[in-house]
Amino acid sequence: MRTLTDIFLSASAAGLAELLAFDPPGWGGNLLRGLLASVGIACGSFGLGLLIGICGAYGKLYGSPMARDLFGLYTTIVRAVPELVLILLLYFAGTDLVNRLLTLLGYAPVDINGLIAGICVLGVVQGAYSTEVLRGAILAIPQGQIEAARAYGMSPILQLRRITLPAMAPYAIPGLANLWLIATKDTALLAVVGFNELTQTTRLAAGATKAYFTFFFAAGVLYLALTLVSNIIISRFERYSRRGMPSVMETR
Amino acid sequence: MAMTRTIARTSEWLQPHRIVLIIVAAAIVLACAFLMRWDWLPAYLPLALQGIWRTIWLLVVTAALGITLAIPIGFAQAAGPAFLAVPARVFCTVIRGTPLLLQLWLLYYGLGSLFPQFPWIRESFLWPYLRQAWPYGVLALTLSYAGYEGEVMRGAFAGVPKGQLEAARAFGMRRWTAFRRIWLPQALRRALPTLAGETVLQLKATPLVATITMVDIYSVASRVRQETFVTYEPLLLLALVYMAITGVIVFAFRKIEARIPARLG
Repeated sequence: MRTLTDIFLSASAAGLAELLAFDPPGWGGNLLRGLLASVGIACGSFGLGLLIGICGAYGKLYGSPMARDLFGLYTTIVRAVPELVLILLLYFAGTDLVNRLLTLLGYAPVDINGLIAGICVLGVVQGAYSTEVLRGAILAIPQGQIEAARAYGMSPILQLRRITLPAMAPYAIPGLANLWLIATKDTALLAVVGFNELTQTTRLAAGATKAYFTFFFAAGVLYLALTLVSNIIISRFERYSRRGMPSVMETR
Repeated sequence: MAMTRTIARTSEWLQPHRIVLIIVAAAIVLACAFLMRWDWLPAYLPLALQGIWRTIWLLVVTAALGITLAIPIGFAQAAGPAFLAVPARVFCTVIRGTPLLLQLWLLYYGLGSLFPQFPWIRESFLWPYLRQAWPYGVLALTLSYAGYEGEVMRGAFAGVPKGQLEAARAFGMRRWTAFRRIWLPQALRRALPTLAGETVLQLKATPLVATITMVDIYSVASRVRQETFVTYEPLLLLALVYMAITGVIVFAFRKIEARIPARLG
């Protein structure tokens, strides 16, 4: 008769320490490297998404009718198609297009770095969501503040930097926080195209050692820790961006 | 009168730049239809239809089971005693804090490697089902939907005005009646706009089950790509299918929302 921990962890405590050890027979180091890769992709794609989102929000609010429709099309399509399908489409089509362009221009085709491809693909997906979040946040700024900035003769860039971005931050941060958490979890989808981030590493480790529960649990704990640490940092940011504003605590 | 209004609305929508966009879109569609390879389509059509049916079945079943689980989870967090509220909150945090793909693989590979070690499970009537992939897919997607919706329902239950519940008490309703007639319907009404978006997210989560060998429309497309070496066409068609299903979901929820009076107390 096996003990419960034996069955659930497929190993005793000593075996567990061995499996999750940092040095090569153990897989702990690989898992942490996978986590680092995941965080890196999440940071990159979130940043890229934020850039696309700012452009998209401005385009949707102040752009020409054509730009508005095109951005509308972009956000609608990206939000309606599963990330997995988009990743496959953009991953294959994107690398193919770049290589065709390179051969057209007379260069040799390159092997595109999986990390950069992953960041670009997830960034495009994130961009659609953050466009909507930032558009809503810009609309929530009291119109007078933007008019005042214009009346002062600020250039659009200065106005964006000094007025629009700081003023919309408290409205945008809850939505952006959600997007950051989605970005960290969407990195797992890159496992399907074979990129070595945390989930893929976990699957390899589990397959090699047959200790499925141990490794998927360990990866779950790592993801959860990432989420909880992010939450703490985000609430700091939120408090900072809300400084000087009246409290919104509900009184029930 | 109605006619002129329709025409006015149409001309407002059909501005010159939209006509250009429509022409460009039509050109792209025609180019796709004639320049790309679609000869594989008739051979795989029955399989594709079966895959679409499987995807919709998975979505409907997991969303229905998930919301049934989410109502008690949300209620426990909003108004339950601590020994119910704390586990419910932990459940929501864990589900929302880890990727669905990881949960799916934990259940499929983890439980799947665990069950055969117990002889009484292998002898039970459930074993023929537990050896297949779909129970794990349904379980993972249901738990995920319940976790996200539990959080939505918590907010919805907490958002029902106190006066409504006091009025129910004043009418002499028992607690269960007040819950059934006042609290739950108003909470669901509040949650409905969010539920539409969450259901689209759930649809977008269904292709993950292809990684545990379930045959949904996504895995049919993957199979076409592997067998015929046609790279983009199945993916484009797949994107189109998902957009169509999303359209149906959004339309259906809009219809349901329109049936409910909009003014919230």
